[in-house]
Amino acid sequence: SVQAHKEEDNPQKTMEVNGLTPVPGSYDYDLIVIGGGSGGLAAAKEAAKYEKKVMVLDFVTPTPQGSSWGLGGTCVNVGCIPKKLMHQAALLGQALQDSRKFGWQFTEEVKHNWMTMTESVQNYIGSLNWGYRVALRDKKVTYENAYGEFVGPHTIKATNKKGIEKLYTAERFIIATGERPRYLGIPGDKEYCVSSDDLFSLPYCPGKTLVVGASYVALECAGFLAGLGLDVTVMVRSILLRGFDQDMANRIGEFMEEHGVNFIREFVPIKVEQVEEGTPGILKVTAKSTAGDQMIEGEYNTVLLAIGRDPCTRKIGLDKVGVNINEKTGKIPVNDEEQTNVPYIYAIGDILQDKLELTPVAIQAGRLLVRRLYAGATTKCDYVNVPTTVFTPLEYGACGYSEETAVEKFGEENIEVYHSHFWPLEWTVPSRDNNKCYAKIICHIQDNERVIGFHVLGPNAGEVTQGFAAAIKCGLTKEQLDSTVGIHPVCAEV
Amino acid sequence: GKNEYDLLVIGGGSGGLACAKEAAQFGRKVAVVDYVEPSPQGTTWGLGGTCVNVGCIPKKLMHQAALLGSALKDAQHYGWNISQPVHHTWSVMAQGVQNYVKSLNWGHRVQLQEKKVKYFNIKGSFSDPHTVRGLTKAGKETVVTADNIVIATGGRPKYPMDVAGALEYGITSDDLFWLKESPGKTLTPFVFNVSLECAGFLTGIGLDTTVMMRSVPLRGFDQASHISKKKQICFTTQQQMASLVTEHMESYGTKFLKRCFPTKVEKLKSSRLQVTWKNADLDTEETDSFDTVMWAVGRAPDTKTLNLETVGVKTNSETGKIIVDASEATSVPHIYAVGDITEGRPELTPTAIAAGKLLAQRLFGHSSELMDYDNVPTTVFTPLEYGCVGLSEEAAVQRHGSDNIEVYHAYYKPLEFTVAERDATQCYMKMVCLREREQRILGLHFIGPNAGEVIQGFALGIKCGATYPQMMKTVGIHPTCAEEVTKLHITKRSGLDATVTGC
Repeated sequence: SVQAHKEEDNPQKTMEVNGLTPVPGSYDYDLIVIGGGSGGLAAAKEAAKYEKKVMVLDFVTPTPQGSSWGLGGTCVNVGCIPKKLMHQAALLGQALQDSRKFGWQFTEEVKHNWMTMTESVQNYIGSLNWGYRVALRDKKVTYENAYGEFVGPHTIKATNKKGIEKLYTAERFIIATGERPRYLGIPGDKEYCVSSDDLFSLPYCPGKTLVVGASYVALECAGFLAGLGLDVTVMVRSILLRGFDQDMANRIGEFMEEHGVNFIREFVPIKVEQVEEGTPGILKVTAKSTAGDQMIEGEYNTVLLAIGRDPCTRKIGLDKVGVNINEKTGKIPVNDEEQTNVPYIYAIGDILQDKLELTPVAIQAGRLLVRRLYAGATTKCDYVNVPTTVFTPLEYGACGYSEETAVEKFGEENIEVYHSHFWPLEWTVPSRDNNKCYAKIICHIQDNERVIGFHVLGPNAGEVTQGFAAAIKCGLTKEQLDSTVGIHPVCAEV
Repeated sequence: GKNEYDLLVIGGGSGGLACAKEAAQFGRKVAVVDYVEPSPQGTTWGLGGTCVNVGCIPKKLMHQAALLGSALKDAQHYGWNISQPVHHTWSVMAQGVQNYVKSLNWGHRVQLQEKKVKYFNIKGSFSDPHTVRGLTKAGKETVVTADNIVIATGGRPKYPMDVAGALEYGITSDDLFWLKESPGKTLTPFVFNVSLECAGFLTGIGLDTTVMMRSVPLRGFDQASHISKKKQICFTTQQQMASLVTEHMESYGTKFLKRCFPTKVEKLKSSRLQVTWKNADLDTEETDSFDTVMWAVGRAPDTKTLNLETVGVKTNSETGKIIVDASEATSVPHIYAVGDITEGRPELTPTAIAAGKLLAQRLFGHSSELMDYDNVPTTVFTPLEYGCVGLSEEAAVQRHGSDNIEVYHAYYKPLEFTVAERDATQCYMKMVCLREREQRILGLHFIGPNAGEVIQGFALGIKCGATYPQMMKTVGIHPTCAEEVTKLHITKRSGLDATVTGC
């Protein structure tokens, strides 16, 4: 690894930090990025292009179960990448079934080996971690695997795995520390439960799993675990996919239920106990109804908590430099230039208040911010009409308003919803569901019937949605949609 | 006297049925005549036209069967224990596909009935500008008169006239999808998107397949119809993309005999076929035996038996296609034409459907909207799919000059290929833009999995006049292949390495 510290320069810095403001022009770095994830790395690499002296501090506090990982952040290690690969493994399981109807013959019994899959996925992730290390080195960005926290104006303390502390100063800082999964705060949660931080590197098959939560993380994980042949139950406190179009959310849930995922609705776990040790062992979960006094119990090999994520902002010394955070959520409010209330401190990515928690958004924000800081650019990150996809067994792609939000903002009489079920051609021969795939667009009548919301439920939803997002960015209207010829036969033509 | 129908449609395919059903919506009296002349090998099929019976639908399903073969290989990397060897049985696939197609034939019959469109299974020909007569299969003569007539008889595959034995021993796409038994070791001369797609899925299901090409791949229109420059489908003359597609097929297992053309086909005692061809490069004659020879040398418009001369409908002397104006009108008042039969139009189902619908709306619905044939997206369903919309790079250069266009490109690797250890060498995309201020996008080309799904939405963007800056402002969906389109930034002009590096 690459080191470039200056501990020999100012020995007194280590001791007299409080009240001493370093002199501008004598900073160690032009920019220090705290957090080597999607946003942080993108910003750091961009800054290096403008010949700035940049440092990235990245550190992963191990999970309660002891899981940890390398450079790259959530997306690469415990998010988008392993999630999509395991989702793909599950889709391939379905493809195996389909293929028989298309003439392929092989033994009846096909089993899935968790270790084979996880090893392949982890190997690929390892190559990405390595790739990032090399990229930073090539671009002459200093990287330290150390926990960064502010100790005073323009000054940060970096503590590595061995506990060694170093101080660094910089003209500007970008906080991109992201989030970590939330725990329930009930007996047994940290001792016995796992989160998405552990799942993708679990060194044993999770077996019969209870997934607690109704976020997209919960549903995506439940989805692929079921697709790999495991017995999966999802415990939901109230609604599915809060914040998403509820009609689509319910269709996703319905599909999953019809395809082997059990749902326990309106219950929350109140304790988790170990019945048997092992990899996996057996856990007993006691849950209480949210609608009354009813209590239920269940035994599972694994309990996966996916109830939300909390920003890593509480323990990075923000109070020492006066950066405001939302006390309740931990999120950092910024202006439209990603600047916090402290002028030389910026923030990007999942920790931002009222912004989308998506890798491409963080990357875009990071790059544009750096261009504004060092290249005289003025373009701000456009957070409007950002497309997204939920990789549940039946994928859901969306861009723009949900139906509820559109009605709320414009009024029911001012919007028109066009919708259609469709049957992917590839599903016909293997006789798969003919009434589950669905698409709808929401149009704003007075504004030339402009398309303000796009929703599709079906295979390859991400690939389908991307182009529509570009079109919506161009101000797509219903008329233009109608006059565009379809490609036949594909799902997107619907 | 008064004509029996408001509208008669000759040809129950994509364009014809769309037009008929739309006209019926306006409460008009509509009739459709459809008839399938059996192929030289005797193959025939039901209502629905080429797309449904011997085109898009069975092609995509068999392409899917081949893709599933790849999925089976991938699955093992993802932890699925499948015992080797894995076999493919043609008859199981063919039956599944054929049953589905038959359900569509049935569906069309029911739809016509529900919409009160009269259907005649007769081979119609003109006896005067408002009268069509024909014989049913049983030999009974039927006469239909109408105020307006739409010709939508489509096309049929051509046979090479200069190859002895071509007609007797070879088959075409008309027959391939209806074979009950596996075609076995197959040769498919020459090269059009049809033969590449078919060769692709035949290879994918494990058959020994050879493509014979006289010159360059996907240069589809030197022997068949001439498409005017304005209406070119994006993949014509798109050399770079065609090369990548065939390169992939080669690494996938399809054999290519380049710069060769067949001279004769003979039947052997074993009932296999012996094909003799000339190798233009080596100037030698070569020979090999195959189970099946499938010709894909272009399609000819199905106008021979219509009796067009009697009523004066003008056709293009070279291509035989019916000449129409922007409103789909022929040289004879009240006679129109849509779909593959029309000169200068893309041979695609969605354009035929759209044109047919709009025509009905203009005839009976007081609309004046004409069909827009610009920026029609399409996809070639080869093993590694190629989707595109707008101009090819060559066409853009021709129209605007190479100094006025910028080509952004990238080689990328689909995430799903990583664990599966699949070769992504030919996964590639490029965006052709004008260089001047706005940087409007002229064309987008994508090679990779699910190319059709990727391109469709972008086609909408191009219809809206999308520019390069707008594309860059669009945030990507992660992780997908399509997101790479929103990240294109390396230009061909720069000469820099266009390989996408991590996120």
